[in-house]
Amino acid sequence: MSEKTITRAHLSEAVYQEVGLSRNESAELVEAVLDQIAGSLVRGDTVKISSFGSFSVRQKGGRIGRNPKTGEEVPIEPRRVLVFRPSHVLKERINTSPADAGT
Amino acid sequence: MIKSELILRLAEANPHLFQRDVERIVTTVFEEISAALARGDRVELRGFGAFSVKQRPARTGRNPRTGATVQVTEKRVPFFKTGKELRERLNDGTDHGEDDEEV
Repeated sequence: MSEKTITRAHLSEAVYQEVGLSRNESAELVEAVLDQIAGSLVRGDTVKISSFGSFSVRQKGGRIGRNPKTGEEVPIEPRRVLVFRPSHVLKERINTSPADAGT
Repeated sequence: MIKSELILRLAEANPHLFQRDVERIVTTVFEEISAALARGDRVELRGFGAFSVKQRPARTGRNPRTGATVQVTEKRVPFFKTGKELRERLNDGTDHGEDDEEV
């Protein structure tokens, strides 16, 4: 696999090409999309994007962990974690694309 | 929040844009991320998180109902790792460290 890394800049560029807003505004809107999603999640809301996947927040209880190197016990506090579940459409798309084609 | 609600909220926050443009912006963002993953690329959105593709090797599975062995072919699955900033925001500013679940 080629393993290129896509960043905000690529997303903004795609929005710029696709929608025809200025580059600046395209970047701002990409940020706004991420902000809306993050804000919803922080409020504990689930975010579902059809044919992409869903993001949800899960509460995890505290437990006693262990430092694998020293064997020392360390308490792990209760915390909220984000879970992304890809949709079937996305999973299929990733598997039907020419695998190992190096594209 | 579902995709149409995300579009609505963004449209409300950006009254100077046509709703159909907001729709195209949202669609483009997720389309770009999906296309990148289908190519085997990583998508890194600092502060929010990173999407990547993990390769699962072929294995011999079992039908839990009949006990029959089945060959499961190699497959690629999308994976999301929450960014540090979002992880902290989910926990009132405390970073409990990486603790991502695979689904």
